[in-house]
Amino acid sequence: MSEHHHKETFVTKYLFSQDHKMISKQFLVTGMFMGIIGVFMSMLFRMQIAWPEKSFSIIEAFLGPHQTDGVMNPDIYLALVTIHGTIMVFFVLTAGLSGTFSNLLIPLQIGARDMASGFLNMVSYWLFFLSSIIMVISLFVEAGPASSGWTVYPPLSALPQAIPGSGAGMTLWLVSMAIFIASSLIGSLNYIVTVLNLRTKGMTMTRMPLTIWAFFITAIIGVVSFPVLLSAALLLVFDRSFGTSFYLSDIFISGEVLHYQGGSPVLYEHLFWFLGHPEVYIVLLPALGITSEIISTHSRKPIFGYRAMIGSIMAIAFLSTIVWGHHMFVSGMNPFLGSVFTFTTLLIAIPSAVKAFNYVTTLWKGNLQLNPAMLFSIGLVSTFVTGGLTGLVLGDSALDINIHDTYFVVAHFHLVMGVSAIFGMYAGVYHWFPKMYGRMMNKTLGYWHFWITIICAYGVFWPMHFIGLAGLPRRYYSNTNFPMFDDLLEINVVITIFALVGGLAQIIFIANFFISMYRGQKATQNPWNSNTLEWTTPVEHVHGNWPGKLPEVHRWAYDYSKRVDPKDDDSDYLHGQDFVLQTTPLLEGEDPS
Amino acid sequence: MLALFYIFIAVAIGVSFWQITRIMNFRGIIATDDDNKKQGTYAIYFMVFLYAMMIYCLIFMNVIMLPESASFEGEHDDNLFNITFWLIGIVQFFMQFLIFYFTFKYRGKKGQKAKFYSDSHKLEAIWTITPAVVLVLLIGYGLWQWNNIMDLSNSEDPVVIEVYSQQFRWDARYAGEDNTLGFGNVNFIKGINTMGVDMSDKNSADDKQVTELYLPKGRKVHFKFRSQDVLHSAYMPHFRAQMNCVPGMVTEFGFTPKYTTDEMRQNPEVIEKTNGINKIRKAKGEDPYVFDYLLLCNKICGASHYNMQMKITVVEQDEYDKWIAEQPTLSSVIK
Repeated sequence: MSEHHHKETFVTKYLFSQDHKMISKQFLVTGMFMGIIGVFMSMLFRMQIAWPEKSFSIIEAFLGPHQTDGVMNPDIYLALVTIHGTIMVFFVLTAGLSGTFSNLLIPLQIGARDMASGFLNMVSYWLFFLSSIIMVISLFVEAGPASSGWTVYPPLSALPQAIPGSGAGMTLWLVSMAIFIASSLIGSLNYIVTVLNLRTKGMTMTRMPLTIWAFFITAIIGVVSFPVLLSAALLLVFDRSFGTSFYLSDIFISGEVLHYQGGSPVLYEHLFWFLGHPEVYIVLLPALGITSEIISTHSRKPIFGYRAMIGSIMAIAFLSTIVWGHHMFVSGMNPFLGSVFTFTTLLIAIPSAVKAFNYVTTLWKGNLQLNPAMLFSIGLVSTFVTGGLTGLVLGDSALDINIHDTYFVVAHFHLVMGVSAIFGMYAGVYHWFPKMYGRMMNKTLGYWHFWITIICAYGVFWPMHFIGLAGLPRRYYSNTNFPMFDDLLEINVVITIFALVGGLAQIIFIANFFISMYRGQKATQNPWNSNTLEWTTPVEHVHGNWPGKLPEVHRWAYDYSKRVDPKDDDSDYLHGQDFVLQTTPLLEGEDPS
Repeated sequence: MLALFYIFIAVAIGVSFWQITRIMNFRGIIATDDDNKKQGTYAIYFMVFLYAMMIYCLIFMNVIMLPESASFEGEHDDNLFNITFWLIGIVQFFMQFLIFYFTFKYRGKKGQKAKFYSDSHKLEAIWTITPAVVLVLLIGYGLWQWNNIMDLSNSEDPVVIEVYSQQFRWDARYAGEDNTLGFGNVNFIKGINTMGVDMSDKNSADDKQVTELYLPKGRKVHFKFRSQDVLHSAYMPHFRAQMNCVPGMVTEFGFTPKYTTDEMRQNPEVIEKTNGINKIRKAKGEDPYVFDYLLLCNKICGASHYNMQMKITVVEQDEYDKWIAEQPTLSSVIK
């Protein structure tokens, strides 16, 4: 590939590029743009929760027809929580995270010239772009965007009589998601094929960095579960537009009985969560993979339990496809199913615990280089533990009855998949920014960004557990109609203030990102003294990644601080320095570990 | 408050700009020993903040929690919850300590060498098997309790009540003398027959439609849920009870009330929470709050989702008998 010297125009280089490095940057910037919208929405609806009757000029300015004198209407409140969820889960944490780092790292870390199909890769990005545009357009529909929650359960999402957002807004939501799923599937197939076929000489599966393992398994889960969401969405389109009754039955609304007979919303719930739950891991696993790589590199230590890490990724992936029913304990499905899903769900705690302990053991007796990327990875381990533990409460069907759909759930999943995954994404950006743009990000701003963000994340989501335990349901426009919740308002104000500060703090990151892109200090070839292959490529990007021959791999990715005498911690480094590139041949008699 | 908010925005933007100007004079870009020392110390500060917040919430937010379970079935829920919560609480405190203490303790220093330590089957076996054993116990207790709650087949002489949801209100129908509900379907909705009861069904005549729930203390209540339009969820937090209302099907749940409303109002936890609420309400000049059991909607169902509630009153059996006798039967209302 590198032998062909394409003449690159602006269009082929920056727009319709087939180079995985450019495509990854496109995913990242689009994801960041969507992220700004998603986070801004959450700030707006948090203001409504904390100050339900206050008038805000910012709400007047942004919500136009959907507000009265600076107070948002109930419909648009539901729309904001819906689109916030959709954007953050799919557009930021699926496409923005997986799309960016799978594209950037898979070819670079396995030693390939590019993705298996550069063209499909480009198509994947542009479908994602198109779906983002449609989702953004849906915000401007007269009756408001989709507003039946990010899970869009019918009949609410199927009947415009039930909520105005289920009209044109919902149609656009479905179209956007269908295109998004196509994009995700094309991308995932490409990742799988690339990992299986294009590994360079010596790069056996068990020498791959854990990032690649995570992206690989994530892509497999995506291919298994996303098509089910597509079919769920298609059947919903049929019910909405062609009068079928897959999900609807016996409905009386706006003074008339509708013709639907024999369907069940529970079917939709099954189909949705068959993707919806694995989706959590589609979001989280890449973040965990990135964290494994970064914690090891910046601790100057091999990742502890490499094989156990792969095993636990696989176990989590497998289990993730058979636990969807834990979202439906009180949906009316057979209680026996509830028992089965409780069992499988709580099993996930085992591989998750293995991962958490392995991260902590990797930190133990390390030589920790506390760069922003490292801090975000440590932050991820912290939020992953905090959020994961409450999963033991929610996954237990008997306990779930009373906290299902309360703020306890909101706190749990935001910590374990929202904050954790976004921390993984930030860690990845700080770590691989020099690879993407050839420049370094500013570390001082990185530190500010990290500490403000983690304090605010805990400030928002830790107290939120307790208002959930007080019985406060989620998705309530205002709690003023229930005197029993009056004592929660103060806590909600505190949460909102943390949320606003945390949201605004992301400006630091965005500024750092864009200014560093142009003014950042030039990067050296291997700024973090890392072992993996991407740091053997030149700083200036070339088509085909390596100017000459492809590198040959002789060892795993984690030979950090390897000693002459493995038993003696004081002995000298075997290779004279605390890292050994994967391309370095084994010395005579060296234990390949 | 509004002023406070604007001040916050101004401060945050100010801080951002101040920081962003510093970007012009990049110093180092990779963490030095000095940075490691600073950030490691901050990790300890953060750990202190985290512990302080966790402990503060655990102690001072106790008062806002739901009071003890008002149903017999819910006792085990509370029990299981406490066990689980203690367990995860201990693990949480222990793990967070390790994470941030290690960050501080092993911060990079000149001349410090990391330990080359890549595997230990013994350690891994420990932290695979320990959670597994603990989980077996949790799962066992949880499943036993789940089957307890969900099995409604062997309750003797239950009170059978249909709870009926629509945008945006609740209705209820008692089964009457025969303790059997007449058939209901949206096709029968007409005029004052708002719950769509089939009046040709012989079981329907003695059914009683009400807008407020009265439950007798100490008797199993067998709920059947129907929905008229979209998904709703009947959430009765004080009884540890919740079930979705699904259009096109009948879902079920049951529990046995343990305390009457009056008894619950005397419960110290309830008194403390009520006092707290009333202090806030008094400051705002609102009427004082009196504790009542509530049924609220807990599945997003439309614009007024946040305002869908029904009062539940638990009384002694004789009072319940008196109340139910006063309610008119459907056959006397729907002609």
